[in-house]
Amino acid sequence: MLDCLRGAPDDAVAPDDDAVGDARGDDAAITLWALHELHYRGFDEVDERWEWAPQLMGVRAALETDLERRLRERYAAFMGTDGGGRAPERTGDLARDLFALVDGHDGPSLAEQVQLRASREEVLALLRQRSIYHLKEADPTSWVVPRLEAGPKAALMEIQFDEYGGGRPERLHHRLFQDGLREVGLDPTYGAYVDEACTEVLEQNNALSLFGLHRRLRGAAMGHLAAFEATSSLPSKKMARGLERVGLTGALVDYYTEHVLADAVHDQLAVRAVCAAMVEAEPALAEDVFLGAYSCLDLEARTARRLLADAEDDATGEAVA
Amino acid sequence: MSGAGDHADIVLCPEGPMLVRGDVVIEDAEGRRHRTQRPVSAVCRCHKSAMKPWCDGTHRLLPKKLRP
Repeated sequence: MLDCLRGAPDDAVAPDDDAVGDARGDDAAITLWALHELHYRGFDEVDERWEWAPQLMGVRAALETDLERRLRERYAAFMGTDGGGRAPERTGDLARDLFALVDGHDGPSLAEQVQLRASREEVLALLRQRSIYHLKEADPTSWVVPRLEAGPKAALMEIQFDEYGGGRPERLHHRLFQDGLREVGLDPTYGAYVDEACTEVLEQNNALSLFGLHRRLRGAAMGHLAAFEATSSLPSKKMARGLERVGLTGALVDYYTEHVLADAVHDQLAVRAVCAAMVEAEPALAEDVFLGAYSCLDLEARTARRLLADAEDDATGEAVA
Repeated sequence: MSGAGDHADIVLCPEGPMLVRGDVVIEDAEGRRHRTQRPVSAVCRCHKSAMKPWCDGTHRLLPKKLRP
């Protein structure tokens, strides 16, 4: 698939069935990530016309359909049938119900691991995984702006303006993270660590792009935003303390401290002024808001379980050696 | 007098902080002044924030009856 993108879109034929077949197996996550990246920053060696080349649309659609089906199946299992699920009971007050979903979700916490236990090397490894999203932080959400009515649109822009530094490039969140990476000796180049990103991290990124790029999934995109912001302030405080504990002070601590304060605002705005206002205008979107919020929590839990298990394996391996 | 339809500059969030829009200076209980740094700021109402006067999300850890 990636070889195919190195050619020009005019003379390339559609990727053959084998390429698509492979792409639906283990390589699905990285392939979809690469196809989505054509809409963000692209790749140095790839012709920019590939972004909308019709030859790719079928592959992208097939991969997105698979991903969306997985996300909806996981959400359906969480909701259960006949009251058999783990989801908290709804009150009908969307803001209250969204906060209840987030507060009731019980997953392992990478931030707690960083605060209390992780070694400096493990923290650096986590920062490399996080860099896949943090270097384009807030960007997938910006796709949704033109699709909203005035009320939720204005509220979303208040959040995005803050994410983008309030007009000051040096305060832009993904720039703060970039400065932090550089300061601790990691590569601040966009996408530099994608080869070591685990499937779960790629899936987190792909879900964000899927929700952001499809107008029909705007409810899920905003639900994801609400859950993401509502699970940021307290973990960011733990991240800042953990970074100080392992001696990674400076710009990265500033990055996480900024998120403690910013996201204590953003979660309220995202839940109340964006999601609740959007659902008031378009009640049919309510279920997708919860789908997006649950997907955010569940995908982060999957990433946390994977990275904690990997760290455990490394520790066991070292002990044996 | 403003109409009820006007967008609010100050919003009291149920069980959460007070949102303040715009560039304002807040004087805390000790008389120290803090200028807002972002388009919308969250001011602590549960008195448990470690970064007062700003909200740091701590209200979420409190039992519901202790939330604002």
